[in-house]
Amino acid sequence: MSFITGVGLTPFGKHEGSSSLDLMSKAAQAALDDAGLKRAEIDGILCGYSTVSPHIMLATVFAEHFGIRPSYAHAVQVGGATGLAMTMLAHHLVVAGICRNVLVVAGENRLTGQSRDASIQALAQVGHPDYEVPLGPTIPAYYGLVATRYMHEYGVTEEDLAEFAVLMRAHACTHPGAQFHDPITVADVMASKPVAMPLKLLDCCPVSDGGAAFVISRERTGEAGVRIRGCAQAHTHQHVTAAPGLSELGAEISIVRAREATGLATSDVRYAAIYDSFTITLAMLLEDLGLAGRGEAAARVRAGHFSRDGAMPLNTHGGLLSYGHCGVGGAMAHLVEAHLQMTGRAANRQVRDASIALLHGDGGVLSSHVSMFLEQVR
Amino acid sequence: MSERLADWTRGEEAITYQTCAACGHVQYFHRAFCAACGTAGPREARASGKGTVYATSLVCRAATPETRAHVPYNILLVDCAEGFRMMAHGENDLGIGDAVKASFRPFAGKLVPFFTKSA
Repeated sequence: MSFITGVGLTPFGKHEGSSSLDLMSKAAQAALDDAGLKRAEIDGILCGYSTVSPHIMLATVFAEHFGIRPSYAHAVQVGGATGLAMTMLAHHLVVAGICRNVLVVAGENRLTGQSRDASIQALAQVGHPDYEVPLGPTIPAYYGLVATRYMHEYGVTEEDLAEFAVLMRAHACTHPGAQFHDPITVADVMASKPVAMPLKLLDCCPVSDGGAAFVISRERTGEAGVRIRGCAQAHTHQHVTAAPGLSELGAEISIVRAREATGLATSDVRYAAIYDSFTITLAMLLEDLGLAGRGEAAARVRAGHFSRDGAMPLNTHGGLLSYGHCGVGGAMAHLVEAHLQMTGRAANRQVRDASIALLHGDGGVLSSHVSMFLEQVR
Repeated sequence: MSERLADWTRGEEAITYQTCAACGHVQYFHRAFCAACGTAGPREARASGKGTVYATSLVCRAATPETRAHVPYNILLVDCAEGFRMMAHGENDLGIGDAVKASFRPFAGKLVPFFTKSA
């Protein structure tokens, strides 16, 4: 059994003058404080990567900087799925008895540490170096391709996709740490600058500075507990050119495996924390995971189903789309928010019931998937 | 194993693909083996350049000065007649399901496949 004993999250946006290590340290200290653990009690460290400050041994760079001599440490790279992949590994390390307390940490000054073009260019390299990158695609273009096909097959419209941006912004407006606090409308999304059609600026997550961390432990350290019930992965391809058909993508595979691993059903879920790099990503994943029928997710947004007071509150911090996206730490914010909800600490954002949460991360172009169920324990 | 055929990724006006003699698997990304069954030396051939548009995305915001000079440009996934899918450029008004034919154009210092509607 494993517990998430502490979480830490910085505000996202501009952290002028902060390095990736600074942001990682800030989040890590917050997670340790939250867990009530000292540095000496951490025996495992898993960290993500920084596109601003790439290093072949980031975990030990961080361990030395932060002041920990762990018995287990390395970095993990699965794009946007990294945060949940690290959490899954930490869960298994703890369950196997290899570690007692694993610190999972990521942070990056992606906004102020390099130009937006440099970020976009660095990320586009997930494409095939010979068969895709010479064509000048961007990450929004890879997802734009998926979007036109999804819209074609399931009758989803650009206005439907815009609903997800509006919802995430509405949620971000209630979180002081979010990058964006101005409410937006479907018309605003539709009128925003075209990036890679059908995706427009407000369909895309921003580039942010920020950090996030959590501690995964064998034993509970506080009163309120959150337990990792189980998790699973699926990896069907790397490049969008080699992706399977829309009905065979990894999210559908990983959720089935996670349900089998936990004995839980989608109907048990009370809170959803789903990867949302683009509006299409969120729409597709909600439908792939069974949180909405095919082509029906947008209608559920309009009906308030995914709002804080709805039947399935979703990304109540504002998600990547509006809390922000600092790389690996971006999707880790989803888990931090789920933890706050499950421990009754989400203040004005608190939902009625977050007893079972479903988390899902996606890396690459719907290439790598991690599904995870968390359970509140009293 | 036969000599590798030159294609657009090497500056030649051609699209190539591979077929496995053992299992019949067709693959677009060049490898020394079949990715489905592992048999070495899949047979290489030039594709006809005929296909159907599977997906499109019109890029309006590019990330480098070289590619920015071309915006907007339409990125396509094309299902080729020989049974593989490829990424390419194409006319800006192409839609999913359109029958297309390949030509080649310079783009950001390289040659890239460019699809137009076939008559």
